[in-house]
Amino acid sequence: MSSYNNTARFSEARRVAIFGGTHGNEMSGVTLVNLWTKNGAEIQRKAVEAVPFITNPKAVEKCTRYVDTDLNRAFTPENLSAPGGNNLPYEVLRAQEINRIFGPKGSPEAYDVIFDLHNTTSNMGCTLILESSKDYFNLQMMNYIKKAMAPASCLVLLNEHPLLKYSTSRSVAKHPVGLEVGPQPQGVLRSNIFEAMRVILKHALDFIELFNEGVEFPPCTVEVFRVLERIDYPRDANGNIIAMVHPNLQDCDWEPLNPGDPMFQTFDGKTIHYQGSGTVYPTFINEAAYYEKQQAFITTRRETLVASAIKKA
Amino acid sequence: MEVDQVVPLPRLPRVAVCGGTHGNELSGVYLVRELLKLQREVMKKEQEEDLKPASVLLVLSNPRAMQQCRRYVDTDLNRCFTHATLNGPLSDMAPYEIIRSRELNALLGPKGSPAAVDLVCDLHNTTANMGLCFIAYSDCDWICLHIFRHLQCVITLNLNPRSAAMEIGPQPHGVVRSNIYTAMKVGVQHMLDWVRLFNSGNVFEGGFVDVFTMVKHIDYPRDSETRNITAAIHPCLQDRDFCLLHPEDPLFQTFSGQTVRYKGTEPLYPFFINECAYYEKGIALSLARKRRVTIPAIRVQTEQEQQPNEQGFASEEEE
Repeated sequence: MSSYNNTARFSEARRVAIFGGTHGNEMSGVTLVNLWTKNGAEIQRKAVEAVPFITNPKAVEKCTRYVDTDLNRAFTPENLSAPGGNNLPYEVLRAQEINRIFGPKGSPEAYDVIFDLHNTTSNMGCTLILESSKDYFNLQMMNYIKKAMAPASCLVLLNEHPLLKYSTSRSVAKHPVGLEVGPQPQGVLRSNIFEAMRVILKHALDFIELFNEGVEFPPCTVEVFRVLERIDYPRDANGNIIAMVHPNLQDCDWEPLNPGDPMFQTFDGKTIHYQGSGTVYPTFINEAAYYEKQQAFITTRRETLVASAIKKA
Repeated sequence: MEVDQVVPLPRLPRVAVCGGTHGNELSGVYLVRELLKLQREVMKKEQEEDLKPASVLLVLSNPRAMQQCRRYVDTDLNRCFTHATLNGPLSDMAPYEIIRSRELNALLGPKGSPAAVDLVCDLHNTTANMGLCFIAYSDCDWICLHIFRHLQCVITLNLNPRSAAMEIGPQPHGVVRSNIYTAMKVGVQHMLDWVRLFNSGNVFEGGFVDVFTMVKHIDYPRDSETRNITAAIHPCLQDRDFCLLHPEDPLFQTFSGQTVRYKGTEPLYPFFINECAYYEKGIALSLARKRRVTIPAIRVQTEQEQQPNEQGFASEEEE
């Protein structure tokens, strides 16, 4: 039973990777990783080995999300142990390779931290994605980043949902951190989005450096948005979309959506209302890549998580 | 108004509206699908209001690219309508879009013949912040200029004409935004309404139209070895389509934070700023001059005025 009064000890976070191009058309991460591969001065910190890495080079070259299958869903136990060599889909082969270099997932040899850089067409601003509410190291890092960025906003999305969580490329590490910055169209590089992501990483690496120096971070609380449900577009019998995200909901990521509020607008102008039982906080509203994943947006609820103090072991 | 100053022009019995020329520009895809569904009701309304019907041909131009939600499968369909491409020899291994362009030419044209549709409106989206923008064939095309004036939107003239295009942004490719869809729907309705009024004998007053004519493109600064871009559109320029750009104004911001400035001598109007599909074409933004074009009053020709039309479509070559 964990007690928030105790200081949690973690080993030094020496081995850190920065993944770009997990989706080949999300340009901030591709650009940053290419930049830092050429000149890594900006990501150097004392006692930290920060490795920039393009996870899906073929998709990056074609400026497409993926070649055969979504790399950011590919790190399942079945895929990572699948035999079959070159007959496997490209991204499954890549997942196995990444697991060899930065993992193995779940083992003591795995990298300490992986930052996975993503963009979204949704108006999410700066978002950090957390995979476990019990990862106090990550919670403390996210708390540090949020305070360092204030008054600029940086929100935390927690995806611990047993059905909706997925096997990300960053999940190979002991402490996986997703960075999601939007809105930005796929294939486009916007200067403000690029700089925002750069700043988030700067603060993240500062935190790791402080931690590795032996700084103790006192207990903290972190507001998070916990994933509840995926909502699809209304579709006809053939599976075609018959309505769009309503203008009142479009771009309103993180704002309360109440029962009865407009949610979709059909192509001939009728409104479809949200029929849930309580207020939710929608996000990933109108993400281009999620049309094929049957997702118009996801709902979340606000929660406050507590992290114990942490210190290097 | 002097009656003899009104220019009579041929009727427009056949209009085509095309969506999905680029398969991931979704407003046009969804709008044409919706219009196909509604087509019967539209025709019924025309009969009730005793307007001379315009026959509207609704076309989904690139179905394979639409199915994959990509701009194109083999090659950009919107660059396949030159005289040379339409009439040259066709191999077995011809790109999908070349085959498709010939099918569309047969359906809508053939280009240059009396059987061609009278007006084509091609629906597009852009990631650039261009609002509702028309790309017209020439500054002598008074029909198009009157329509655009009626719609009160920005007009640009493309030096390489094919047909009138309606371009609306900003919208990411692969996404349908309700406000953008609605703007396009209203734009197409107004255009079709205008055509019906014109065909029914309405006189449209002359006046002035401000048009933007493309002068040149500017590419991103690139690494000499890898050809990767080394700078992004400057935050002061991003989203400022059709706002005058002066010499020394910021153009790009390099990844090391330096500003690259506009070195031209003439102030020009930028557009297609940061259009996703143009990275591969080596275009970060395009620059245009603005000028005022005078258009005369127009009306449809009476039956007596109608002569066998020498519809000489000048053969346009892509530059």
